[in-house]
Amino acid sequence: MSAAIDVHEMTRRFGNFTAVDAITFDVQRGEVFGFLGANGAGKTTAIKMLIGLLAPTSGRASVAGFDVATNAESVRRHIGYMSQRFSLYEDLTVRENITLYGGIYGLTDDEIRERGKALIGGLHLERAAGARVASLPLGWKQKLAFSVALLHRPAVVFLDEPTGGVDPITRRQFWEIIYDAAEGGTTILVTTHYLDEAEYCDRISIMVDGRIAAMGTPSEVKGRFGAASLDDVFTELVRPQAVAVAQHA
Amino acid sequence: MRVLGFLLRKEFLQIFRDRTILGMLFIMPVIQLLVLANAVTFEVTSVRMAVVDMDHSSMSRGVVTSLAASGRFVPVESSQSQALADGAMLDGSVNMIVVIPEGFARKLETMRRAQVQLIFDAEDGAAAGVMRSYASAILAQYSLDVGAQIFPVVSMRLSPAAERAPVRGRPVLEVRHRGWYNPALDYREYMVPGILVILVTIVGSLLTAMNIVREKEAGTLDQLNVTPITRTTFIAAKLIPLWSIAMVDLMIGLVVARLVFHVPMLGSLLLIFVAATIYLAGALGIGLWISTVVETQQQAMFLIFSLLMVYLLMGGLFTPLRGMPVWAQWAADLNPIAHFVALMRSVLLKGSGVRDVAGHLLALTVIGACVLGIAVRQYHKSSR
Amino acid sequence: MRESGGGGGRRSALHAFVIKELRHIVRDRQTLTILLLLPLAMVVLFGFALRNDINDVRIAIVDASPDAATIALRNRLSGNPRFSIVTVARTTDVVEPLFRRGAADIAVVFPVGFGESLSCGTSTRLLLIGDASDPNTASMMAAYVNAVIASYAADRGVNRQSVQIVPQFRMRYNPTLESVNLFVPGLIALVLMLVTALMTAISLSREKERGTLEILLVSPLRPWQIIVGKVMPYLLLAFANVITALVAAWLVFHVPFRGSVVLLLGSSVLFAMVGLALGVLIAALTSSQRAAMLGAIVVTMLPNTLLSGLIFPISSLPGWLRPVTYLAPARWFIVIARGIMLKGVGMSYLWKEHVVLVVMLLLLFTAAVKSFKARLA
Repeated sequence: MSAAIDVHEMTRRFGNFTAVDAITFDVQRGEVFGFLGANGAGKTTAIKMLIGLLAPTSGRASVAGFDVATNAESVRRHIGYMSQRFSLYEDLTVRENITLYGGIYGLTDDEIRERGKALIGGLHLERAAGARVASLPLGWKQKLAFSVALLHRPAVVFLDEPTGGVDPITRRQFWEIIYDAAEGGTTILVTTHYLDEAEYCDRISIMVDGRIAAMGTPSEVKGRFGAASLDDVFTELVRPQAVAVAQHA
Repeated sequence: MRVLGFLLRKEFLQIFRDRTILGMLFIMPVIQLLVLANAVTFEVTSVRMAVVDMDHSSMSRGVVTSLAASGRFVPVESSQSQALADGAMLDGSVNMIVVIPEGFARKLETMRRAQVQLIFDAEDGAAAGVMRSYASAILAQYSLDVGAQIFPVVSMRLSPAAERAPVRGRPVLEVRHRGWYNPALDYREYMVPGILVILVTIVGSLLTAMNIVREKEAGTLDQLNVTPITRTTFIAAKLIPLWSIAMVDLMIGLVVARLVFHVPMLGSLLLIFVAATIYLAGALGIGLWISTVVETQQQAMFLIFSLLMVYLLMGGLFTPLRGMPVWAQWAADLNPIAHFVALMRSVLLKGSGVRDVAGHLLALTVIGACVLGIAVRQYHKSSR
Repeated sequence: MRESGGGGGRRSALHAFVIKELRHIVRDRQTLTILLLLPLAMVVLFGFALRNDINDVRIAIVDASPDAATIALRNRLSGNPRFSIVTVARTTDVVEPLFRRGAADIAVVFPVGFGESLSCGTSTRLLLIGDASDPNTASMMAAYVNAVIASYAADRGVNRQSVQIVPQFRMRYNPTLESVNLFVPGLIALVLMLVTALMTAISLSREKERGTLEILLVSPLRPWQIIVGKVMPYLLLAFANVITALVAAWLVFHVPFRGSVVLLLGSSVLFAMVGLALGVLIAALTSSQRAAMLGAIVVTMLPNTLLSGLIFPISSLPGWLRPVTYLAPARWFIVIARGIMLKGVGMSYLWKEHVVLVVMLLLLFTAAVKSFKARLA
């Protein structure tokens, strides 16, 4: 049984600029893998390659056992994705969004009904099910988007900064859903800026300037840098780069 | 196919939920048709005329009366000085100056030939051309009438077989005109099918492009692209709703054309709808193609608009195709609007059948297939 | 980056804001290129292509009893470079299918015994059947054919009229009725509307959609400053467009400039400002880019193209529709532009049109600022 995500020397260049520079890592089934890095470090580019929105310039990667370059369609059938921008249809209702995505992933009508009901119940959205998504508060929207991304029970879920702009209580609830999903065997790759959240992950990697600068369990990483918190690790790794980036711009 | 059903439901829900869009899709076309159809005509009804009559004869007054009697020319000024009249034309209070020189009547009687000067404000060129042709027809008729008054039997003497010629200066060779398909020369009948094409095209191509780019901007396109929807399903789900809306618009438009403008519909409506189906594939394809090359709705709108403007103005809609230089006529062969406009006009107004418009149908099919093919190929779920 | 450029007051904030807006446009190379090249392309393209005149009339001859006279007239028709004879038939049955296919424009039907009647001087009748589905073109073509027949008749010595009133036509300001001279002022109006009203409406409603407008609105900038900052770059762009279009018209088509170029440029700026104010108002009143765009097209592009005298003369409109044209800014601008370019008149003749545009500008701008404030509250 291969890893849920297996990445080898994956690289992406835009002209002269190398956004992702030969990264190699793997994520095991059921793992919650934290993908950290400063803005512009290449996290989103890496995710876009893994979900088949962007072709790698070189290297290879497989997700759920399928190669992302040659078999992107099979990859798509087995993944869920939630981007940093909220991307459900704001002018559709909660239920309509659920039906749409259920339908797209080929669920039967019964499955859509049952899972939709469970989803709405789980989020306590019963009263808002017929309301347009645009009218929901941000935290609810994010939880809804995540639950919809899980609707077809994908093997791997990619969450790109799912908790940006969300209040601490909602964030906690969010992570509860993440753990629930991981316990059910779903592999989760999540990017975040909140280093306290990184502590919740089974393993993390910190990207700096397109490369993976550190990887391991949170305590391993802290140990390696002799730091008390991930915050310190992050600051140490990122600061020189951040200054360089600022000068570059 | 089942997935397509879900996507179509979503598209229709989104369209029908936006009241502004809905109004613009179904009410605006009717209003536009009503207003624009009246706007597009070259017929000139009230030419403001300044008269400079230096002859003061009954004949010179007759010239003015005959022009005024046509109802198209309205004498608004009369003066002895051409300078005054020129000033009136410069400030736009008259469009035309009639100058009748001194000795006009005397010349007509003695030399049988006299001149009048008609000066038009050609600032508005189309109108000037039309006024000229009205005026020459009126003056030709007036010449005949005057001739008959002064020299009742002259023309009999002039023609070789005088005895058998008709009296009162009737010409020997008479030319009769008959205009088929539109004997009343109502320009609106000609323009309404063309305007319908504009409306349907705008709805089709513009909304297609905007629709997809909107999802790009909102980020929902990426979300769809990571799902296993096939390219064909996605494109079909985008095109079918707008295609059907454009077809409904066409139907509404045809009803208005019939009821309000009494546009004759001699040919087969089925043929019109078949042709529209093919044409819209191309029009929507252009929208789809544009949506693949731009990032924002602003760019999409601007590109579509520029393209449409060129296509419309070069498509024989407002100015005759046949008046264009050869290269532009070749370009028109590649212009789907030109073919569809020609087809609509000829089927509706002349009752042309499939065989008569086979060339246009073929061209529309080829253009539509190419455009749609290119657009579908261009559309990638992932970027290279 | 340069917020602290001046004294730190509002003026420098506005300045920085305008710079930011300019950057937005300049960065978007694709749009910028189109925005700069489009007017040029339109003037050249339409200048060459749009003509109302037709130089190729396809004639079907129906001649039931050919004789020397019919052949002579037929030869005269076919000898004219403007005509081509597509078919010669015995009966009128051929005409209908030809018209339906759009393969002939006009049919000349000779009566039986045409030559005989002419030589013995009896009255005879030629019939011209035109495909009048396009009435204008049909009458134009009929007039061309008529002229040839008349000259033939004159040479044969028939149809001498007893007296002739010979009209001498003068086409003042545009003697050859050169269509490009007429289109250029209109095209300038159209392009200006496109880059001003349409682009601002969309750009502003985009900021509204994204919520970036709110950030501007909570800044110390006043609503009018925000509006000015947003429209300034488009105004510059519009100005560049007018200049390129005029240069192209002058170099390629030798369109006359009889009046003051400075006045024309000034009026163009005034007109562009009206367009901008209209765009802002549309953005303020609509809720999405899509709606703004459709709104802009409906209230600006179509009326300003078709109700402005650009293609179809305003004097041709039915009476009830003429007052509607007063609402289209392009209608006034076209009068100004044609007046300056073709007639060479100045302010003393065109002040009315300018006043109308200024009033429109004030009304639209006030309404735009008001509705923006209303949105804030």
